[in-house]
Amino acid sequence: MRRLVVILPVAIFAALLGVMGALLTDGERNNDPSRLPSPLVGKPAPAISLPAVADNIPGGFSTEDLKGQVTIVNVFASWCIPCLAEHPLITQLAADGARVYGINHRDKSADAVTWLRRHGNPYKAIGFDADARASLEWGVTGVPETFIIDANGTIAYKHAGPITPEVLKQKILPKLREIEGG
Amino acid sequence: MRQITAALAITLMTFLASAAPSLAVEPDEVLADPVLENRAREISTELRCVVCQNQSIDDSDADIARDMRLLVRERLVAGDNDEEVVNYIVARYGDFVLLRPPFQPNTLALWLAPPIMAVVIATLSVLFYQTYQRRRLAGTGPDPLSPSDRAELDALVERIARTSPPNPSNMQRSRFRAEIEAGLKPPEPDSEDAPTDGGEQTDDPQRA
Repeated sequence: MRRLVVILPVAIFAALLGVMGALLTDGERNNDPSRLPSPLVGKPAPAISLPAVADNIPGGFSTEDLKGQVTIVNVFASWCIPCLAEHPLITQLAADGARVYGINHRDKSADAVTWLRRHGNPYKAIGFDADARASLEWGVTGVPETFIIDANGTIAYKHAGPITPEVLKQKILPKLREIEGG
Repeated sequence: MRQITAALAITLMTFLASAAPSLAVEPDEVLADPVLENRAREISTELRCVVCQNQSIDDSDADIARDMRLLVRERLVAGDNDEEVVNYIVARYGDFVLLRPPFQPNTLALWLAPPIMAVVIATLSVLFYQTYQRRRLAGTGPDPLSPSDRAELDALVERIARTSPPNPSNMQRSRFRAEIEAGLKPPEPDSEDAPTDGGEQTDDPQRA
């Protein structure tokens, strides 16, 4: 009993230090908002309806248009550097046959058009979300973000932050296979 | 005089109050209806800006905080009550947007850890104190001196005290007693060794 009295506080303190140390040094979750789980995963995609970025850019879509087959919805902006970094992978996904839609987040129409001309437009349709109201509806915290919507219009997966080759291989592609198979 | 003090106090409070409100809310966001606007402000202080994390949307200058403030006002104008507005945002951004986490299964540890820790620490403190007390009392065992020893000791003390010059104080008496009592104790193992060592040295003729 007497030994317990001595050991217990030390043990509790050590355990506390351990937990705090682990949380502090764990880069995976260290204060990174993109690691927050979205409450929308598993729920129907909230209704949004967006106009086209410009007359010559295919687009304007609403949540209803997403139904019927699996769709990747990528939230991007011309001013967003990580979006540019992930753009080749988005382009690759579209080239491989995925149906990719875009939400142009808090952008200027002319800037978006220039950006798409320069870097290519892999999107089947782009919705222009200048005031980010639709992004808010979908729980977007920043750009880029990527949603996978299943054929029923349910959000199956959400990735916050740029898609890297690792994310594509370990998260996006397995998820696509899973919901397309099932 | 009292009036001057009151006036000063009011002036000071006015200055402090005007310094306090955040500047994040921009004039174009403010609703015309002051009652709705007040509700919007109150709801906003409870909602976390999801990209700044430690600021409420009422305090934050981030774009998304502004958008969320506008959304709060939009819902209020649409006729939602406060709870419906908060639920609308929680449905999209999760419980994380609440600066005051709700009490539910996955936050049990968060809410219960402080009271549990308080109880554990209080219990440990009591146990520590009891152990300490027991150890302190352990020194006062049964009297090592027999009654006759004690009588002899008392007589010795009295005799020394009487022969010492002049009028020994009570303090001196107790010191004599302590010294004699120490002398009456059975020798410690250490003090037994000491003479043996000394004896060996003097008994070694080759050293001399």
